[in-house]
Amino acid sequence: MILVSLFFYLFAAILVAAAIMVIAARNPVHSVLFLILAFFNGAALFMMLGAEFLAMILIVVYVGAVAVLFLFVVMMLDVDFVELRQGFLQYLPVGGLVGVILTVELLVVFGAWTVAPNLLTSPVEPIPAAAEASNIKAIGELLYTKYIYYFQTAGLVLLVAMIGAIVLTLHHKPGVKRQNISDQVARDPKTAIEIRKVESGKGL
Amino acid sequence: MQIGLSHYLSVAAIVFTIGIFGIFINRKNVIVILMSIELILLAVNLNFVAFSAFLNDLVGQIYALLILTVAAAEAAIGLAILVVFFRNRGSIAVEDINMMKG
Repeated sequence: MILVSLFFYLFAAILVAAAIMVIAARNPVHSVLFLILAFFNGAALFMMLGAEFLAMILIVVYVGAVAVLFLFVVMMLDVDFVELRQGFLQYLPVGGLVGVILTVELLVVFGAWTVAPNLLTSPVEPIPAAAEASNIKAIGELLYTKYIYYFQTAGLVLLVAMIGAIVLTLHHKPGVKRQNISDQVARDPKTAIEIRKVESGKGL
Repeated sequence: MQIGLSHYLSVAAIVFTIGIFGIFINRKNVIVILMSIELILLAVNLNFVAFSAFLNDLVGQIYALLILTVAAAEAAIGLAILVVFFRNRGSIAVEDINMMKG
């Protein structure tokens, strides 16, 4: 049990430290790398809570996709990030005050959280014992049956996001010649070939 | 010392406030603001999974999965908007985002 506490405090401390570094790092590339560290430790906390599938998804989706996307954009944009940091100290006192008050309030609310005993006895979908079914199997059995509409909505959200991102970033430069397939397919011999009567000795 | 629900909720609350704080103090850099939003969503997910584990209810994890999807979609769209904005204005400073001001 002492080991569980030890690992919880380790992961939680690294998570909070990495989160602070995300917003405080001078270089945005470092910010992205600290974001990856924060997500890794968040995944470790998920693992400690028994949510193995979500922990793995967090690593695959965030570290594998979102963080790399951030890194890609940070490196692609030619921005003077030092200039963007001006005003950092200007907002620090007020922002810090609001942040501290918010933290204290949330800790007061959450720190003494107790669960009503009748909630513990009547879960909507009880988690099966680890020996009975693994976490991923239990989630799959729920997600593909009772919560199939949630699953399909998630797919739809991703589809819309994908189309939106493509539509936003796709742009055609004027003056660049491109293949126009519908024009090519619509051609027939009448428009494709021009027959001219060339008079002998004169040429065109 | 037993690690209970309130421990996880406290960690999530701290990460959440760090995310909000990041939006407050990085008033110029949109990329860091987007990363702060990711931190906030991670904190929300941590809350869902903690409640799911301690209430012995699997629905929390399924909902966390949905939030993960929305967060990924939000990051993709946000960064796409950022790239388009940079192409048009040559800057990503928040105070330059004022073209729609009458």
